[in-house]
Amino acid sequence: MESKIKFDLITPISYPGEGSAGATGSWRVFKPIIDREKCRKCLLCWLYCPEAAIRVSEENYPEIIYEYCKGCGICANECPVKAISMVEE
Amino acid sequence: MRLVLTGNYAAAYAAKAAKVEVVSAYPITPQTQVVEKLSEFIERGEMNARYIRVESEHSAMAACIGAAMAGARVFTATSAHGLIYMSEMLWWAAGARLPIVMGVITRAMAPPWSIWSDHCDLLSLRDIGWIIYFCENAQEVFDTIIQAYKVAENEEVLLPAMVGWDAFQTSHTAEPVDVLSPDEVSKYLPPRRPLPYVIDFERPFTHGSLCYPDRYMEFRYLMDLSMSKAKKAIVEADEEYGDLFGRKYGGVLEKYLCEDAEIAVVTMGVLSGDARYAVDILRKEGYKVGLVRLRVVRPFPSSELKKELKSKKLVCVIDRNISIGRGGILGTEIKALLKNSSANVVNVVAGIGGRDVSYEDIVNIVKRSLDLVEKGEVPEYMWYGIDKEYVVKAVGEYYEPPAL
Repeated sequence: MESKIKFDLITPISYPGEGSAGATGSWRVFKPIIDREKCRKCLLCWLYCPEAAIRVSEENYPEIIYEYCKGCGICANECPVKAISMVEE
Repeated sequence: MRLVLTGNYAAAYAAKAAKVEVVSAYPITPQTQVVEKLSEFIERGEMNARYIRVESEHSAMAACIGAAMAGARVFTATSAHGLIYMSEMLWWAAGARLPIVMGVITRAMAPPWSIWSDHCDLLSLRDIGWIIYFCENAQEVFDTIIQAYKVAENEEVLLPAMVGWDAFQTSHTAEPVDVLSPDEVSKYLPPRRPLPYVIDFERPFTHGSLCYPDRYMEFRYLMDLSMSKAKKAIVEADEEYGDLFGRKYGGVLEKYLCEDAEIAVVTMGVLSGDARYAVDILRKEGYKVGLVRLRVVRPFPSSELKKELKSKKLVCVIDRNISIGRGGILGTEIKALLKNSSANVVNVVAGIGGRDVSYEDIVNIVKRSLDLVEKGEVPEYMWYGIDKEYVVKAVGEYYEPPAL
């Protein structure tokens, strides 16, 4: 029997989608820049990014998604070879 | 099958009969025997359920929420400090609309440390979106837990339910109880349908993420709407249970000798047995008295109480709880209901911290309340049975709130 009640509307359920909270890149004060010369592709920055704002390129380099990166600097802090610098916007 | 059971064992038998699939609980006096018995049933293979052991009540409710989200029928029980420690998770369970059923064996809050009954622990959580039942004896505990699943899982309700009973006087007193088997109960309570949703690894979702002011309010409105529908579901669940198994409790209110009564005593929980006896004594003395026992606190039986009480000369609400600085919680609510009627409401706070309230005390309360109504000296609320000498010794004076 079909119910008239939409069960995913009576309770706060949300399905994952890219950037559902908007383009949070505008919040950034410091911008992380990856130096590919120094990067060893360990991907610790990709793992630690709390916003999933780092993607992995075809050559396995990390790439910052500046549309969503809030500039927290965790990636720069975690990078074992100091390949990420935080530059004021 | 008729067994001699305490209120706590009756609760465990009810969870077994309801084919509960997950139990997660942390032991606390006076709840302990509920989960001891359930763990025994599970260990012996008499009950096909998982017992999730946890380090606290907060975690117990978190485990119940997870199991309910995975589609299981879930049971837990707690008391007093365990309940309050769990309270954050209780909001999550209600907001997630999960039909969890929990036994609450009411116990006074510390300090001073106490293990005896009053209803402050349970009633302090009256506003969070859980259905709240309260039972008088072991048989009613058994029957109400099964009814609570029927109501909580009703697709128009989908709210968790607490079933309360008093520490020791109900929890540890053994009485003959008619116990139904899981097969008998399955005629009344089918397996839980996976509502409102079940975790689906193919289609992951987040529950309860940030909600902006333009939408939050609707979720609270929908809970309030479902709670109002719960009242009809409670009455129907009680009727259907009665038709199938021969026991029903009057839905949201139980009434005793009310038809021609000019005086109504209002109680909840185990005191109601003494109150019924007090009504019999007062009737023999010529007083036209009846008893109204609240079986459900949320949804509040407003229209039912108003209809029953509005033309009484005296409505004597005995609260086994105290909202410090306001009075008895039920008395406050009932006064608000009756404010435009001719009924005089006397709100008496009694039996706090397990203080005994005998039938003689209730006879006394009714007679003295009647006296106050006749003199036109009804206070906002009163405490019954306070040792005034102790109060004077402690603070040098005694004036108000008044004590009978």
